[in-house]
Amino acid sequence: MNGWASLQRFFAVERVDEGCAETFAALDRYAERVLAGDAELRFPGVAAHLRACAVCAEDLRGLLELMGGTT
Amino acid sequence: MRTVDQADWVVELARGAADREQAMTRLHEVLLRAARKEAGRRGPRLGIGGPELDDLAAEAAGDALLAILGKLDQFRGESRFLTWAYKFVVLEVAHKTTRHAWRRTAPLWEEDAWRALPDRFGFSPSEVVERREVLVELRRGVQELTAHQRRVFEAIVLHGVPLDVLVEQLDSSRGAVYKTLFDARRKLRARLVANGYMDDLGAYGS
Repeated sequence: MNGWASLQRFFAVERVDEGCAETFAALDRYAERVLAGDAELRFPGVAAHLRACAVCAEDLRGLLELMGGTT
Repeated sequence: MRTVDQADWVVELARGAADREQAMTRLHEVLLRAARKEAGRRGPRLGIGGPELDDLAAEAAGDALLAILGKLDQFRGESRFLTWAYKFVVLEVAHKTTRHAWRRTAPLWEEDAWRALPDRFGFSPSEVVERREVLVELRRGVQELTAHQRRVFEAIVLHGVPLDVLVEQLDSSRGAVYKTLFDARRKLRARLVANGYMDDLGAYGS
């Protein structure tokens, strides 16, 4: 992705974006659905938020690693 | 260590349970392992390692345990107990490592921050020339945000202040700061679209 595309992506706010608080509340359920393969379908607002918020997306990556390695 | 299923965790951690202390000790051990793993994943990128990182992981595990005990009645069994518990570890490690690393970061002056903005988005030198007017328009737009939106936008986008650090500085929450940034992005996008600098994408809000 070039710089212009990256800037456009940053400003492409999605109406269904659930925000950080709702995403954190659902993060455990979302992560389990990621492993099941239907997270975006079941939680479209959380998926939209994770596309826009690098901080919450990083939390999801950490959670998935912990689930894969230690559960 | 014996294994316990999620029903056991909830029962054994409940206030007044006979085995509560032992369950808390066992859970703390699990959380500490998880915190060390998560800290190990984040630490190198943030330039933190060794005993310093281990201390942050230990603090994160302790705070995650307190958060879990305080919210135990909110656990509905809609995920595995440890999946639910791990998210508090991840959050605490994220807060602690990010805030710790930011203390060593030197702030940029405003002009330098604007000059560095194209780099933050990965602009090539030719893109900087080609999109110069957009960047000027963006700067004008930022001046017209509300004072609070401008402060949040400039901190996160221009100065690269991590969200969790700004949350602490403003004594706010991730959700509230993100919403402010979301509104600022929406307002700036509408301006760039209205002035013909950016295409309006039907799927997105304006």
